[in-house]
Amino acid sequence: MGRAMDPLLRVEDIHKRYGTEEVLRGVSFHLDRGQTKVVIGPSGTGKSTLLRCINRLTEPDRGQVWLEDVEVTAPRVKINEIRSQIGFVFQDFNLFTHLTALDNVRLGLVKVKRLGKKEATARAMEELTRVGLKDKANAYPAHLSGGQQQRVSIARALAMDPKLILFDEPTSALDPELIGEVLNVMAQLAEEGMTMIVVTHEMGFARSVADEIVFMEHGVIVEQGPPEKLFRSPEVARTGEFLRKISELYGAEG
Amino acid sequence: MTFNFDAGYLPQLASGLVVTLEVTSCCIAIGIVLGILLALGRVYGGRFISVPCSIYIHFFRGTPLLVQLFIVYFGLPNWGIRLSAFESGILALGLNTAAYQAEYFRGAIQAVKAGQMVAARSLGLTRLQAIRHVIIPQALRLVIPPWSNELILMLKYSSIVFSIALYDLMGVGKRIASRHFNYFEVFIVLALMYLVLVLLITLGLRWVERRLRVPGLGTAGRGA
Ligand SMILES: Nc1ncnc2c1ncn2[C@@H]1O[C@H](COP(=O)(O)OP(=O)(O)O)[C@@H](O)[C@H]1O
Ligand SMILES: [Mg+2]
Repeated sequence: MGRAMDPLLRVEDIHKRYGTEEVLRGVSFHLDRGQTKVVIGPSGTGKSTLLRCINRLTEPDRGQVWLEDVEVTAPRVKINEIRSQIGFVFQDFNLFTHLTALDNVRLGLVKVKRLGKKEATARAMEELTRVGLKDKANAYPAHLSGGQQQRVSIARALAMDPKLILFDEPTSALDPELIGEVLNVMAQLAEEGMTMIVVTHEMGFARSVADEIVFMEHGVIVEQGPPEKLFRSPEVARTGEFLRKISELYGAEG
Repeated sequence: MTFNFDAGYLPQLASGLVVTLEVTSCCIAIGIVLGILLALGRVYGGRFISVPCSIYIHFFRGTPLLVQLFIVYFGLPNWGIRLSAFESGILALGLNTAAYQAEYFRGAIQAVKAGQMVAARSLGLTRLQAIRHVIIPQALRLVIPPWSNELILMLKYSSIVFSIALYDLMGVGKRIASRHFNYFEVFIVLALMYLVLVLLITLGLRWVERRLRVPGLGTAGRGA
């Protein structure tokens, strides 16, 4: 089988415990190039921990992560190089407070990818334009709205040319009227073939953009499948129950 | 009542002023470098680094500056380490202020939000790169107000070097006054000179703080 046929990301039997609390109890899934997986589940279920285990911002206790043919979880792997290939978008943006939007996007290009300043600037402006914030390049994060900050953080991730991007509840910290602009950027990325894992409660987005929905609870995957299947005829009763509850809260319309 | 002060003292006072400024700036420089290292050691070092850093800090904060100065100047020669009065002065004061500055730097480093480090690491920056390009630039801005106090304190405390026969402002003043018995006049002038220096430093640092200010960072910043 050719390499292009292999999944881009393989997560195998990930376990993580904090003290006596087993947060992840054996999570496995595959993700193909260009796919978008939406992860849903009650709060405290280990969704964030799972995302952070993928690029080892959190060290899993057990299990493996493979990015193409590289084992991310191998002991002597060049983890910084791997992290530069995996974008991460945080719930509270985590833009660098002391840097302008442009410098936020440029930092990784200059320090990790070792681009020259001119090249980095051009690359960064390209991504800021892509998220519609070209004219905010010289603004500091404190002078941007939440939606704008999150779009800058998406540009920061995109500039690194990642193989996939992990989104951890990217719209949960936003005022309702600002959620749309961020979801639109993400939908556009999915359209353009970016590979993404998105933890979100936005069921409209999940329904219209996700190739697959993963329902997690208590540190395990309860059920996963195409959105229509999970919404119409879930195999586990609990999946349907959760989807109904969350759709009432957040709305299922795209 | 006459104010018994002779303009002829001024050249001496000027040379004392130079020594005071030299001692202060040298010890502050030692303190910045060592202080940042101690703070980084306490925050990011493992136990084998952070514990010695803490012991250092507690020792220098927990004992009188004058005692530290005498250990360096009168005590070290017993161990074959012979320093000039000037070297002893800046060493003792530098080691001392490093301990205080370390605590200010540590507070500032810890005031930088945890997400900043995580975001930097998620891009592939090494821990050292993240500290250098993300944490330190923010911490240095946050530290300016408490650090200004330390600089002013050290300017004033530097006057204790007169006790090891250094002719700083204080040393020169004491020499003049004991010769002419005009303690009141000489020390009033001295006090005013220190006061002017403190004012200049305060204004200078406020200017620096304004220049470096970034919105959303620090108490004076807007928004965030
Ligand atoms: N660094 C940590 N130390 C201790 N417990 C943690 C830590 N991170 C997460 N947890 C715990 O792990 C559980 C799962 O957290 P998380 O992955 O954030 O869940 P979710 O994102 O699904 O809400 C929670 O109970 C949380 O308290
Ligand atoms: Mg979470």
